[in-house]
Amino acid sequence: MMTELTELYQEVILDHNRRPRNFHALAEASHTAEGYNPLCGDRLTLYLKINGDRIEEVAFQGAGCAISKASASMMTDELTGRTVDEAIALFERFHRMVTSPPDQGVEDMGKLSSLAGVRQFPVRVKCASLAWHTLKAAIGRKPRVSTE
Amino acid sequence: MTPEIATAFDVQRVREDFPILRRTVAGRPLVYLDNAATTQKPRAVLDAIAGYYTTINANVHRGVHELSERATEAYEGSRERLRAFVNAASTREIVFTRNATEGINLVAHSFARPRLRPGDEVLVSAMEHHSNIVPWQLACEATGAVLKVAPIDDRGDLMLDAFAALLSPRTRIAAITHMSNALGTVTPAREIVRIAHAAGVPVLLDASQAAYHMPVDVQALDCDFLVATGHKLYGPTGIGLLYGKEALLEAMPPFLGGGDMISSVTFERSSWNVLPYKFEAGTPNIEAAIGLHAALDYIDAIGFDAIGAHESDLLAYGTSVLESTPGVRLIGTAARKASVISFVMEGVHPHDIGTIVDREGIALRTGHHCAQPVMDRFGVPGTARASLAVYNTREEIDALGRALRRVREVFA
Repeated sequence: MMTELTELYQEVILDHNRRPRNFHALAEASHTAEGYNPLCGDRLTLYLKINGDRIEEVAFQGAGCAISKASASMMTDELTGRTVDEAIALFERFHRMVTSPPDQGVEDMGKLSSLAGVRQFPVRVKCASLAWHTLKAAIGRKPRVSTE
Repeated sequence: MTPEIATAFDVQRVREDFPILRRTVAGRPLVYLDNAATTQKPRAVLDAIAGYYTTINANVHRGVHELSERATEAYEGSRERLRAFVNAASTREIVFTRNATEGINLVAHSFARPRLRPGDEVLVSAMEHHSNIVPWQLACEATGAVLKVAPIDDRGDLMLDAFAALLSPRTRIAAITHMSNALGTVTPAREIVRIAHAAGVPVLLDASQAAYHMPVDVQALDCDFLVATGHKLYGPTGIGLLYGKEALLEAMPPFLGGGDMISSVTFERSSWNVLPYKFEAGTPNIEAAIGLHAALDYIDAIGFDAIGAHESDLLAYGTSVLESTPGVRLIGTAARKASVISFVMEGVHPHDIGTIVDREGIALRTGHHCAQPVMDRFGVPGTARASLAVYNTREEIDALGRALRRVREVFA
């Protein structure tokens, strides 16, 4: 097995792909968004239950490759209990990590660091980012939700 | 293998004609199995393009100088070559386009739109490439016509009875593929045309995939329009074919306006050039036309008998290798197929297959293959697709088989 592949398909990623966490719809979601990568057809729906400023529950559904599914699954784990501002800060850090040059070290993001392997595979960066961009879209709808 | 066959067709000699096949990917010999997306080019094509630029480069149909005359001769020579390749009655029926997509758009715009009234119908099949869906949707949207879809069965065969039943007095055109890029299905094109004509409906055939695997004879098929693309015929990108029956093309308004497609221009009115130039506005892709000429010569020198026999052998071999690979399920098992093996792997998304086999030097296409409705029909988000051409070998299929076992290991 080539090293870049082992780095890409780490055990933690394969595990989240096999058994995605929070992989269901959320009837009481306050924010939802659909993420779609037209290039590869990966599709996911993200559900957030935000109470005040706090993300109380996160869930997702969809079909995608191991990278996009694992990334979404880990993201839902990470976001639960965070504030909206913290979630956005995490989005920024994650985005910086997966778009940094592959020969550069990455800051420790816990489990999320396992996704740094996509930097060796430029076309797969979008797979890792899909859930996070969907998160941003979902949060972006907050003003509309608050006016109702 | 008998000695006669070995001398008639030697895949190793064919491979020597394709310089790119010598390169490596990820430190392994390139195994190129993405031919349905585009084929590699033989040296003869590369030389023809370089030769054009180094000896006769000039604009066509313009100057009286030597170079322009030679360039025009070469460009028109390619048109005649293409006419012979698809056995059209006349070069007036051979329109150069950028690609098959442009040819379909041309017909949708200049043939279909003026005929379509609200409630009229355009009939396609459930296994069309997006390029044979979207131009018709645009035409329907603009006119209030309705897009109808002839279904395919679970193997990926067009359901001919349903197709026939969908032909109505409102059907203005049927646009059907001759071979599916996503499934490999070869459709009964002659029969499709016969059935449609019996209902008074003209037919456009999309021969983008068929044209490099089997002879395509527009007169035998009796199709009204046919499109194909140069870059799948071992030729350059940026050159495509639209064949149309002369009477139909003659009656159609131009598609794009500009130089070369006119006979005279004043600010009050312009008049159109004769066929096929009416449909070729602006400076064409001369180098690609010349490269395509060399590509068609190359194909004919090998011959479709040899190409077909070799590719059938590879298809049968590849099918058996994949069927015996644990977890693999083939998508598209039509009675008549050519050169495409689409598959899914249990528990592994096609993109992950693509990335892992790429590290073994193997180029597969993964995803929806610009045929999302086909993916929906089979209930899969996408497939991995190995597609074969004249230079592929059984050893390359074996390499794919080994790589797929590695995919299983990673995802065990």
